[in-house]
Amino acid sequence: MSEPISALNHASFDGIAKVEECGLQGMITLRGNLKDKVLIKAVKDAAGQKVPGQREALVDGDTGVCWMSPDELLVLVPYTEVEAKLSAMNNVLGGTHALAVNVSDARAVFRVSGASAREVMGKVAPVDFSTDMFQPGQIRRSRLAQVAGAFWMDDDQTFRVVCFRSAADYAFKLLKVAAQPGSEVGVY
Amino acid sequence: MSTRLANHGRLIDRSKKVTFTFNGTSMQGFEGDTLASALLANDQMMVGRSFKYHRPRGVVASGAEEPNALVGLGQGNRFEPNQRATTTELFNGLTSVSQNHWPNLEFDVGAINTHLSRFLPAGFYYKMFIHPKPFWKHVYEPFIRQSAGLGKAPDKDSRDADTYEHFYAFTDVLVIGGGIAGLQAAKAAAASGAKVLLIEQTAHWGGRAPVDGGTVGDEPVDKFVEQLVSELETMDNVTMRNRCMGAGVYDHGYVLGYERLTDHAPGAQGPRHRLWRIRAKQVVTATGAIERPLSFAGNDVPGVILASAVRDYVVNWGVTPGDRVIIATNNDDAYRTAITLKQAGVDVIRVVDARSSAGLLAEEARQLGIRVDPGKAIAKVKGGKRVKKVELCNQDGIGGAREEVDCDAVAMSGGWSPVVHLWSHCGGKLIWDEANAHFRPDPKRPPLGADGDGFVVAAGSANGPLALGDVLTDAHAAGKAAAKAAGHKPKNTKAPSGDATEEAAMEPVWLMPANADIQLRMKSWLDFQNDVKVSDVQLAAREGYESVEHTKRYTTLGMATDQGKLSNINGLAILADALDAEIPKVGTTTFRPPYTPISMGAIGGEARGEVFQPIRRTPMHDWHDKNGADWEPVGHWRRTYAYTRPGESVHDAVNREVKNTRENLGLLDASTLGKLIVKGPDAGKFLDMMYTNMMSTLKVGKCRYGLMCSENGFLIDDGVVARIDDDTWLCHTTTGGAERIHGHMEEWLQTEWWDWKVYVANVTEQYAQIAVVGPNARKVLEKLGGMDVSKEALPFMEWRDGKIGDFDCRAYRVSFSGELSYEIAVAASHGQAFWDALMEAGKEFGVMPYGTECLHILRAEKGFIMIGDETDGTVIPQDLGLNWALSKKKEDYLGKRAHLRSHMADPDRWKLVGLETVDGSVIPDGAYAVGEGVNANGQRNVIGRVTSTYYSANLGKGIAMGLIKHGPDRMGEIVEFPGTDDKTYKAKIVDPIFFDKDGEKQNV
Repeated sequence: MSEPISALNHASFDGIAKVEECGLQGMITLRGNLKDKVLIKAVKDAAGQKVPGQREALVDGDTGVCWMSPDELLVLVPYTEVEAKLSAMNNVLGGTHALAVNVSDARAVFRVSGASAREVMGKVAPVDFSTDMFQPGQIRRSRLAQVAGAFWMDDDQTFRVVCFRSAADYAFKLLKVAAQPGSEVGVY
Repeated sequence: MSTRLANHGRLIDRSKKVTFTFNGTSMQGFEGDTLASALLANDQMMVGRSFKYHRPRGVVASGAEEPNALVGLGQGNRFEPNQRATTTELFNGLTSVSQNHWPNLEFDVGAINTHLSRFLPAGFYYKMFIHPKPFWKHVYEPFIRQSAGLGKAPDKDSRDADTYEHFYAFTDVLVIGGGIAGLQAAKAAAASGAKVLLIEQTAHWGGRAPVDGGTVGDEPVDKFVEQLVSELETMDNVTMRNRCMGAGVYDHGYVLGYERLTDHAPGAQGPRHRLWRIRAKQVVTATGAIERPLSFAGNDVPGVILASAVRDYVVNWGVTPGDRVIIATNNDDAYRTAITLKQAGVDVIRVVDARSSAGLLAEEARQLGIRVDPGKAIAKVKGGKRVKKVELCNQDGIGGAREEVDCDAVAMSGGWSPVVHLWSHCGGKLIWDEANAHFRPDPKRPPLGADGDGFVVAAGSANGPLALGDVLTDAHAAGKAAAKAAGHKPKNTKAPSGDATEEAAMEPVWLMPANADIQLRMKSWLDFQNDVKVSDVQLAAREGYESVEHTKRYTTLGMATDQGKLSNINGLAILADALDAEIPKVGTTTFRPPYTPISMGAIGGEARGEVFQPIRRTPMHDWHDKNGADWEPVGHWRRTYAYTRPGESVHDAVNREVKNTRENLGLLDASTLGKLIVKGPDAGKFLDMMYTNMMSTLKVGKCRYGLMCSENGFLIDDGVVARIDDDTWLCHTTTGGAERIHGHMEEWLQTEWWDWKVYVANVTEQYAQIAVVGPNARKVLEKLGGMDVSKEALPFMEWRDGKIGDFDCRAYRVSFSGELSYEIAVAASHGQAFWDALMEAGKEFGVMPYGTECLHILRAEKGFIMIGDETDGTVIPQDLGLNWALSKKKEDYLGKRAHLRSHMADPDRWKLVGLETVDGSVIPDGAYAVGEGVNANGQRNVIGRVTSTYYSANLGKGIAMGLIKHGPDRMGEIVEFPGTDDKTYKAKIVDPIFFDKDGEKQNV
């Protein structure tokens, strides 16, 4: 097998915030009844986390679970482990009505970090990024200007931003423009 | 002459000189000047020409309301027309040019129009340009285009040198306007703990208050403002932005703020403008008031300036517009200008007050030695390019018995109108205030939010009160009310007490003198920019225009770039008088955002250049780009139309690819095809509803081509469906259909069949999918090794998981070309490596990549339909001869019932056929087939149209498909297709399958 290559192969940019493509991240879309005990166990086994509540992201590094909708989760696992985790998950789910699919290669992941990271995000997503409204532990499924995007915070100054792989080039250039030198807003 | 004073000028720094140019002449100003104040300091009274009559125009105001002082600003990539000099901060190297004249500002040929003004009355364009009809295109339109527009458009080859951005902001209370009312309202709101955003359009806080004077508590008002600003700056819950205008108020507390970051420092790092997209729970409009001009003859001569603006120029920038000034007023406030001028050493010749008596300020003026003439009026201002003389008369009367007085500037005040624009944008209503003769917000009828309660509160003079004390009280209450409505508990505090000299009542004066004769009325301007005079509005009324909205359009009153900020109320009053109606009965025109024009760049935000629009890229995009891809947009994707080689035309490349794929081996990047996973115990039942044919019976490991119709029966998508396991299917969609069909499925699942156990996931981008096509397709896969791809192990219309070479993959044996063909899906992050491996291994088999045009031609040779070519939203499967894909066994599917409707079952529907030109030429795309006779409009009857047309290099001739009335029954007949090139193409109706009718080539 060839060496897997992420959409932008770790491109990065330094402006009022640092924008980096993070490389490949294992991701499983899990749809099902989020209150189902079997599903809850499958999630726990795969990511070591409980099922998150609405707009909650329980993420530690490259492992975790994010709430995506009332019947959808995004399970994060290391890229190299995704197939194993997926089949383990399907084993646990057994006859439970659910859908778990590998979407790792369908996505691009960026890190936006630095003192102005919240402002950079506030230029592209219609979300209140003030510290009292958006914190590590929360996720938004929203948009990045003209494309779909989801994001959560790893710490108070660091966002992880997910978009579709085909839009990676757009998203990176977009974040670069939003992080251009001299463009601090001075709000957050 | 207008000149810089030795003292005054609280906003300028005299130690910092700034050099700029106007019409190529180098001039000097100071840091802190506006372009308008600097031009006046250089005695540049005339700054432009009016729109219609090309009359000389000078600065008339000092802020956003300015109608006249519009200039072309900057050069080259930074040139912008119609920039207001009054809101342009001066900077070193600023270049400005005046507008709307030829050959130059001083001598303008177009000024002849002013002598023709008798022939250019209200509605001139409507009256003149109606007949005769053919004149419109060749005579009138070119004429109007030539004379339309004030400023010049930027050069077509220039490109905006700056960047722009949006910013989404959220707040409890948004205060628009950083004058004394806005500051006080912000403080009152913030004291409750509410999050407050305060925006101010100018670079300074405090608005007019420091110019107008007065005291707050024991302090002069300017000190009070300073303290208030520093207090707000220390509050964590308050954000303050100056140079940020509230542009528009929209539904649900959505407000646009227009921040000008580097207009005063071009070339500085960062974006030039930022558009704030604000969500506020409550909005306070503290937008102040605008002084109205007086309507007297010659009120448009450069040097006739609003009284408050004159005061601004003296106090803020140390500039006087004249040495000998006459002041005309109907209220006490203008006396402040007289006093200010006098104290600055300027000769105030007299104040003509239309009223019979005035208040304490007049007394103060008299004590300073200023002559005050009650009951007097200006009959006429004399002078062309600047004020030279003024003729005075009694206000009562027609303007006889005039006294001529020399002067070089006139300050006028017709009273004050609250800036109600932002209040009104989203439906706030107004009431007429008799005492001040102005419209002000009706607090009982504010703009309503989703909960039915008001979400805008007007504060300070924007709400009606004009005296300092009343303004503070009103603003304080407004701030508290907004905080409360936003869910916070306001502090029980009192407004600071403001004190200014008490004013006597104003008297409405809509025309000066009151019964001015027609000669005077024809020279009394209402709208300075669009040249609308008192006589024009009166004419409109006489001609039957009763509605203010109609009159506005007929006369163009208030339709210029200033949107009638100065002219609105005066025009309305004249109309009301002419109609013998009360002003509130006539009503106002509609206020629409933006408050003043905002840049197109700010509206576009970051969306320009590389990020103008997202371009979706497959994992092999860069390879295609490096290998001659001629790109074609397909949705937001870019797909390769053809791979051109050096020296090769696109057409030649397509022909080469078409032949090579049929003869050797072609590779197509098919990654953009949609891939939807549909899983669950009810997935089969669900897909039987989604597709017209049966999917539940598909065996695991097999593929089936399916059609999808909307509930109205029209074809919306097609693709190959593969059954993955007992309760899982993978549905391929068209490239443009992935998101749409995903949404379509979700909608039915969520709104109609919510109890069916089915989940759908869009995995389109998880895979790089490559079509390996041609007689050598199997050979190249076998060379790479891995899974068995023989006819026996992987028959046509089946799929297998396995390995090809080192790559984990899923191989589908499907064909859209009629050739032996596999579509191989690998994980996207291995896509490029797999493509490389195929190219390398394929060398000995004559591999060439091919693009979408080749794909189209190959499928057309086989008579395969393409969604979007053969379908256009009005086509049903029966039209395309796809009846075989309509299940008769199924009780129901989307579209089934629609197909039973009479028009759908009509035998006269156009139906798909192949078309072969008689001479081998290619029919133009989209051509219509014509039949016998003409329709009611005298046009040829149409009996069909071309849906796909190509040159087939394999067949050596043009081939096409089309929808033709009774087509399948007319095989062999010749149909005519007139082209737009004056040729008529003749084509024979044939079977749509041109190549390998029995499908032997794909089935090997």
